[in-house]
Amino acid sequence: MAIDAGVGARHDAPSSAGAPGTSGYSPSEMMAVVAARELRDGEIVFVGIGLPNLACNLARATHAPGLVLIYESGAVGAVPERLPVSIGDPSLVTGSLMVCGMADVFQYLLQNGCIEVGFLGAAQVDRWANLNTTVVGDYDHPTVRLPGSGGAAEIATHARRTIVVAKLNRRAFPEAVDFVTSPGHSYHGTPRRALGLPGAGPVKVITDRGVLEPDSSGELVLTALYPGVAPADVARDVGWPLRSRDPLTTLDPPTTTELVLLRERLDPDKLFLKG
Amino acid sequence: MSMRDAIGAFVHDGDTLVIEGFTHLICFAAGHEIIRQGRRELVLCRLTPDLIYDQMIAAGCARKLVFSWAGNPGAGSLHAFRRAIEGPAGDGGRRLEIEEYSHFGMVARLAAGAARLPFWPLRDYAGTDLPAANPRISTVTCPYTGERLATVPALNPDVTIIHAQRADAQGNTQIWGLLGVQKEAAFASRHVIVVVEEVVDERVIRADPNRTLVPGIIVDAVVHEPWGAHPSYAHGYYDRDNDFYVSWEAISRDPARLGQYLDRFVLGVPDRSAYLALLPDLRTRLRVSDRICAGVNYGY
Repeated sequence: MAIDAGVGARHDAPSSAGAPGTSGYSPSEMMAVVAARELRDGEIVFVGIGLPNLACNLARATHAPGLVLIYESGAVGAVPERLPVSIGDPSLVTGSLMVCGMADVFQYLLQNGCIEVGFLGAAQVDRWANLNTTVVGDYDHPTVRLPGSGGAAEIATHARRTIVVAKLNRRAFPEAVDFVTSPGHSYHGTPRRALGLPGAGPVKVITDRGVLEPDSSGELVLTALYPGVAPADVARDVGWPLRSRDPLTTLDPPTTTELVLLRERLDPDKLFLKG
Repeated sequence: MSMRDAIGAFVHDGDTLVIEGFTHLICFAAGHEIIRQGRRELVLCRLTPDLIYDQMIAAGCARKLVFSWAGNPGAGSLHAFRRAIEGPAGDGGRRLEIEEYSHFGMVARLAAGAARLPFWPLRDYAGTDLPAANPRISTVTCPYTGERLATVPALNPDVTIIHAQRADAQGNTQIWGLLGVQKEAAFASRHVIVVVEEVVDERVIRADPNRTLVPGIIVDAVVHEPWGAHPSYAHGYYDRDNDFYVSWEAISRDPARLGQYLDRFVLGVPDRSAYLALLPDLRTRLRVSDRICAGVNYGY
């Protein structure tokens, strides 16, 4: 299948839109577009760096000009005029509505319940949408040490809903993560609501081939596919018997407008749109 | 006070040290001077260890790291840190101790420290493995509602070093742009060193008191060190050196290259001005544009 052609390879997806210039796009571009379409105009979003940041700024440039971007570094209502390489880029401050200290960000904005959407990436996502960004392997003797929580644990706790972006592969989607950094829908058999977590947790996991969502028990199931992708293409890289929702939808590919914005304005150097 | 004198007077072997600044205003000049003075057994605390603590770990200054996100923001890993804790033995046979929180946890620790309370409650960590990994994350039952809340212990550093755009000679310190946890870290600390781009007259501070983040009454030393935050940035003075952050991935991945970096840019120079002399293109490459804000009327 074309999407498996390799990192960085553009491929020709069957174009349902048929618009010129949209027939070739990368998995990362599709992820950013799908993530952007999840955001509604006027929503208050806690933005992470990388693809989430691209998705938010794409949404702001298209259907959601009134999106309020909040970064954990303290910028509220940010309007970055360049692609922020880091979450503390000065472009997040200049022209924003407010800059506050991080104690205010976590207590008065996040814990207070102001944040409608939280955006997270993860090195591992498991069957119950628990997220790992801490270690691969044993905590005390890790095979790979990852950066850790940052604000992720509290974002997945408090944001009214959380959207996760992660590329599929078998190591990234195990039955159970090596370390639960950010809470999903079930922790060692205890359901999320019994844990007293204020937010709904991860409501969508946007991958490079389709979208997973929790069913009523909190287990991630396949709910949408990208053009040209079959359910088996997703299931083979997921570490649990992946069920599909019926009916399964196929999402529209990126439009020309979305691709032009991503390639020419938002990430011209392909800093976050690799592959 | 010179950076050499300030570090010599206030930073000692074994101290618990905070050099704060969230991406913005990270005082590399202080970290480099600590490396030059050969401090050992430090407990280094920061939300994001960033390149500065990666360098200090590589230079052998640290016994323990207390943190919440240990990556190279936007660019990759901190490889000296990873070598010190990954695998069976860690770098050089001696493993770096770690004590890990989330950002909210670290912020709350400093808030408790600043208020001189023993701990801080927060609604966090339920359904995560962080309390199992760090037994200092605990819980308390609220006496009013009966709710179980997470707690983190106060962090009261021996020394906090913050970088700022400007201060007067007494240490009344003004910061704009991202504020991070500098205020909490300064108030939590036993000693505070403020490093600034400009030392200004007290009248400049008094003309705009709302911009003062840290008052001079808690500051022990003021160091005038222009460009002291590079490759981090000082909003309105110079931009972040993203190219250097990206290049750190390859430098820190290779212990020999990292050693050469330290030999040339840290141990091989006596002070910050000599460091800057090795990087003559910074002033043009990281020049900022002007976005001046209008003043306000403090009259009554």
